[in-house]
Amino acid sequence: MTPAGDLSWRGRLRALRGIVWRETMRFTRQRERFLSALVRPLVWLFIFAAGFRAVLGMSIIPPYETYVLYDTYVMPGLCAMILLFAGMQSSLSMVYDRETGAMRTLLVSPFPRWFLLTSKLAGGVAVSVLQVYAFVLVAWLWGIEPPPLGHLAVLPALILSGLMFGAFGLLLSSVIRQLENFAGVMNFVIFPMFFASSALYPLWRIRESSVLLWRIAQFNPFTHAVELIRFAFYLRINWLSLGVVVACGIVFLALAVIAYDPSKGLILRKGRD
Amino acid sequence: MTENALTVGGVSHSFGALRALDDVSLTVPRGRFVALLGVNGAGKTTLFSLITRLYNSRSGHIAVLGHDLRTDPGPALAALGVVFQSRALDADLTVAQNLGYHAALHGMARGAARSRAREVLAAVGLSEKHDARVATLSGGQTRRAEIARALMHRPALLLLDEATAGLDVRARAEVGRLVRDLVAREGMGVLWATHIFEEIEPEDRVVVLHRGRVRAEASAAEIAGDKGLAPAFLDLTGAAGEAEARA
Repeated sequence: MTPAGDLSWRGRLRALRGIVWRETMRFTRQRERFLSALVRPLVWLFIFAAGFRAVLGMSIIPPYETYVLYDTYVMPGLCAMILLFAGMQSSLSMVYDRETGAMRTLLVSPFPRWFLLTSKLAGGVAVSVLQVYAFVLVAWLWGIEPPPLGHLAVLPALILSGLMFGAFGLLLSSVIRQLENFAGVMNFVIFPMFFASSALYPLWRIRESSVLLWRIAQFNPFTHAVELIRFAFYLRINWLSLGVVVACGIVFLALAVIAYDPSKGLILRKGRD
Repeated sequence: MTENALTVGGVSHSFGALRALDDVSLTVPRGRFVALLGVNGAGKTTLFSLITRLYNSRSGHIAVLGHDLRTDPGPALAALGVVFQSRALDADLTVAQNLGYHAALHGMARGAARSRAREVLAAVGLSEKHDARVATLSGGQTRRAEIARALMHRPALLLLDEATAGLDVRARAEVGRLVRDLVAREGMGVLWATHIFEEIEPEDRVVVLHRGRVRAEASAAEIAGDKGLAPAFLDLTGAAGEAEARA
């Protein structure tokens, strides 16, 4: 019997399409996941930012060319927050897949593991970018209106940032043994990354209150994802943030591929996965 | 073309200080049903994980259809169909969607996958469940759907790791009969890991694995001799002596 599979580039494209399709199916099945992904930033926008807009005015800082209201300032940070949560969600789903055995279906595919993991990452990013655009639409209705072209210009920034967080999630999933440990990810990864960044306050304001926190925020990849998205919304490129996001994405993905490699990986050491 | 669907030569594997497999060698010829017989903890699942490249073997070699798993993993895995010990279908998707996903993971075109799905579901007697959600299937039907999925890409070697675990006697017999029919009809090699003696027929080739080592490799009838398979197995593995010592 001759195997019917196709290992050529065409076969790889079919595998990529299949993996992205499965990620999308999983997402559409979980409507509550979509709602919570949308509600979380909206709570920040409608309650937190609305409360602070009266007391926190923003001085003119790039990429803004005039004073902006606080809710306009936090909007890119909330977009990045959606991507961060989505990345961690994909980490959670990888751990879940490993526990249920679905991961093995993926890993015994004849295609290289780096390709399979990158495809899974691409599927997760496609879904998370859709979530961001749903949020941006609501924010636009709320009166936060970056330049119209900015909504298109921000797409590459969202994809790059989504890839970085997704790769980080993949890496985390290789070291998280059980779903129960995911609460630790919330406490020790998501919250520190979000709060020690420029998502809620500009870096100069953070520096005024704590130089240490300012330094941490500068080294936080989340800060650079936020700034990359913020600048892209206003049709500008923050080259430093672009470099950091791309470099971190490559490093996280490389480490995740190593962690999932059967000859070197952490999965091997965990025994029966 | 190589006669063996699977060749395992001198494979050893450890988890830390625990030696899970020790110099294991076996072959599965094309068109043969080979039972890998061992109690829980014998090393069957570890061996399957090495053959499916979930772990890399660090010593010895494994080849599927002559393709070395370490140096030529793509063609080796493409020739391999697997039914894992634990369920691996997505319960929220339909049977057809699960098969389509598997076909995509092997690079199959959608049209070819659709017609192959109808073929394999007919082969396992699940044609009417094509559009049923996996969550609605019985245990036996789920197992048959898993076998159908493993057959999607026309593998030359089918691995089944305790495929009848959790099934009642009737469903177990059905799955066993189905796999034997497939061996006869499609000429693939089958490695069937089990600890249930009743699943083994006298003409089957049997590899007895115990504490990570191959204790015997012969036909079931040869291993059983005059005693029967179960007593012969206990003799080979020293389990009878252990039981007496415990008593």
